[in-house]
Amino acid sequence: MNKVMSNKWIIALYVLPGFMFLAVLVYIPIVLTGYYGLMEWHGLGEMKFIGLGNYIKLIKDEMFWKSAYHSFLLALFSALSLIGYLLVALILAGRIKGADLFRKIYLIPMLLSSVAIAQLWLKIYHPTNGVLNLLLVAIGVEQPPTWLADPKIVLYAVFLAILWQYAGFYILIYYAALKNVPSALEEAARIDGAGPWQVAWKIKLPLISGVIKVTVVLAIVGSLKYFDLIYVMTGGGPNGASEVMASYMYRHAFKSFDFGYSSAIGFFLLLICLVVTWLIRKLTASDDHVQYS
Amino acid sequence: MRKVIWFSLAMLLAFSLALAGCGGGTETGGDSGGGTANGGSTDGETAGGGSEPKEVTLQFMHLWPAGSARQQNMIVNSIIEQFQNEYPHITIEQDILENEQYKNKLKVVSTSNSLPDIGMTWAAGFLEPYVKGQLFAPLDDLLEDGFKDEFVVGTVEAYAIDGKTYALPIELNIVPVYYNKALFEQFNLEVPETYDEFRHIVDTLAANGIAPIALGNRDRWTGSLWFMYLADRIGGDALNRAIDRSGSFTDESLVRAAAEVQELVRANAFNRGFNGLSNDEAKAEFLNGQAAMYLMGSWEHPNFTTNDEIPQEFRDSVGFFKFPIVEGGSGDINSWVGGPGVGLFVAENSPAKEEAKLFVRYFVEKWGEQAVTEAGVIPATKVDTANVDLPQKFIDLLNELNSASNITLFADVQMSPGVAEVHLNMIQSLFGLEIEPEEFAEVHEEALASEQ
Repeated sequence: MNKVMSNKWIIALYVLPGFMFLAVLVYIPIVLTGYYGLMEWHGLGEMKFIGLGNYIKLIKDEMFWKSAYHSFLLALFSALSLIGYLLVALILAGRIKGADLFRKIYLIPMLLSSVAIAQLWLKIYHPTNGVLNLLLVAIGVEQPPTWLADPKIVLYAVFLAILWQYAGFYILIYYAALKNVPSALEEAARIDGAGPWQVAWKIKLPLISGVIKVTVVLAIVGSLKYFDLIYVMTGGGPNGASEVMASYMYRHAFKSFDFGYSSAIGFFLLLICLVVTWLIRKLTASDDHVQYS
Repeated sequence: MRKVIWFSLAMLLAFSLALAGCGGGTETGGDSGGGTANGGSTDGETAGGGSEPKEVTLQFMHLWPAGSARQQNMIVNSIIEQFQNEYPHITIEQDILENEQYKNKLKVVSTSNSLPDIGMTWAAGFLEPYVKGQLFAPLDDLLEDGFKDEFVVGTVEAYAIDGKTYALPIELNIVPVYYNKALFEQFNLEVPETYDEFRHIVDTLAANGIAPIALGNRDRWTGSLWFMYLADRIGGDALNRAIDRSGSFTDESLVRAAAEVQELVRANAFNRGFNGLSNDEAKAEFLNGQAAMYLMGSWEHPNFTTNDEIPQEFRDSVGFFKFPIVEGGSGDINSWVGGPGVGLFVAENSPAKEEAKLFVRYFVEKWGEQAVTEAGVIPATKVDTANVDLPQKFIDLLNELNSASNITLFADVQMSPGVAEVHLNMIQSLFGLEIEPEEFAEVHEEALASEQ
């Protein structure tokens, strides 16, 4: 077997199918999107080359920057919410009673499809028959907010649903990472007189810092390209109050049939994600590799 | 070792075959298109000669699968069967897709210029790029000898571009105001004929804690219906003229219509949080009796007449009325907002255009006879209400249609997709009281003017 693996041709052969799929489904479409972004094209008929025209339009497009702002806001919220998830995971990993049950409960949203989650939250937020407003009325609020219709609230209302959707995922990741921290280290710290707070802060967190970095990247990039719940719950409305970059791109492609422009948006979105990922890697890079044992 | 190499070679072979299959797929698609093209052109000649008709196969692409549109699908099959019995030399092959896939496929096959001989299209804005690309054949010769009079006024026109008709409509919907009779009785309200009476109803209901109107404006076109009717009743065809650029959107009557919409919002005429609700959620409020009125297309008519899933008692308590006239406005109470749904087109490069046209006409006629009784779909052709067995509410609606003075096509369908997006977003802002009526009009005017 080693002989086989030392032959470069055989390795290439093994990699080829996977690479072909990746190329056909990911890399080639990316290049094509970049190409369409340079065209004026309505999905039908002739394409017209307009150079960077779409990008110039994009830079000046207020609606795009508004949706970009919303996307970054979502990224910020997602990143901050990681702290909460980490706390929950620390508690769960601390051998409390019923931790296993709670872990499973937190994971449930991950098992639901986005559309089901959206329907669930639509029912919760319904202005007259929704659980939330019925509750508010019951405790004496006379005019409870119309969550998804008020342009000032709608964005945060949807964010809440999105954060809820991913909570279980991050808690699970942190939980698994924390469970991997050797208990010998914790015991040693305890013997040296460290309290639970110090154990968490000085022992556990540094040891899972690699995982934390990964989740930060996942949360931020995932937020920047986020689409599902926004699309189902509000469609980006009312009048763009909950629009994010991906839904704005979708709207231009499939509602306005402006495929050239939406390709430009899509390509720009990719660039933003790449730059942000690179930035995060750069900012969180550290030389001291903390290791177990 | 040897085994490994053989295995990987086999995998490579399989994979390259798969790839070749993909590549070949489009080619064979083109080939088969060409195949029918050749076969068809000879057929076309003989059909012109009229001696012995040769075998012709027509591709018919439509969007009524047996699963989700069972009744429509059954009618289509029965019409095709009758047609093939009458013209044994013509075979109709169906290609059936769901609505969204249908739209996508239509787009894809037209870029590769391999449209089916006959297919379905939507009116105006949807149709335009296909006509500009010269993909659809003009069907005006079918409309001669009085066939055009079979259609309800304003339906065929929606498929005309630059004076030529490119598809024949088979569906038609108008938008009445549905109302809950029980709620109206409870507060001694009567069907309004004038807008003042209508406002009185709104105020009475709102004062009694009932949502007067169910509106799901997350979908945006729902709110557009209200604006369209007010524009029609106040300014006559001002909206149409603004869209076809013979007028301006800053026309006083359109601004007034927009202001009137905001008046309604301020009077709490609509259910709470309507801008965040979908049409289905709003419909649920109407069906629950939480809201008294619901302005919606007549595609909902079966829900208030024949649909067994909705309690008989509720269906009986739903009536409909025409949008009231506004005093001093130039609108006519028999003018409707509405529009044809899908229509049949014939592909310009179809090799058997004559046979395809023959089928289109045959289909439209037969469809008109069966659609409403068997599927509850209102055809675009006039229905002889004396000879059909239908619930009275259906007959009332059909009679209204036959006496319609005008049908104004849905604004977002009239406009090109780009402008329609602007319009729909502006509608949401207008209903949300985020912009002034004047600004609403100006943004529209700008978008429409920039298209020129």
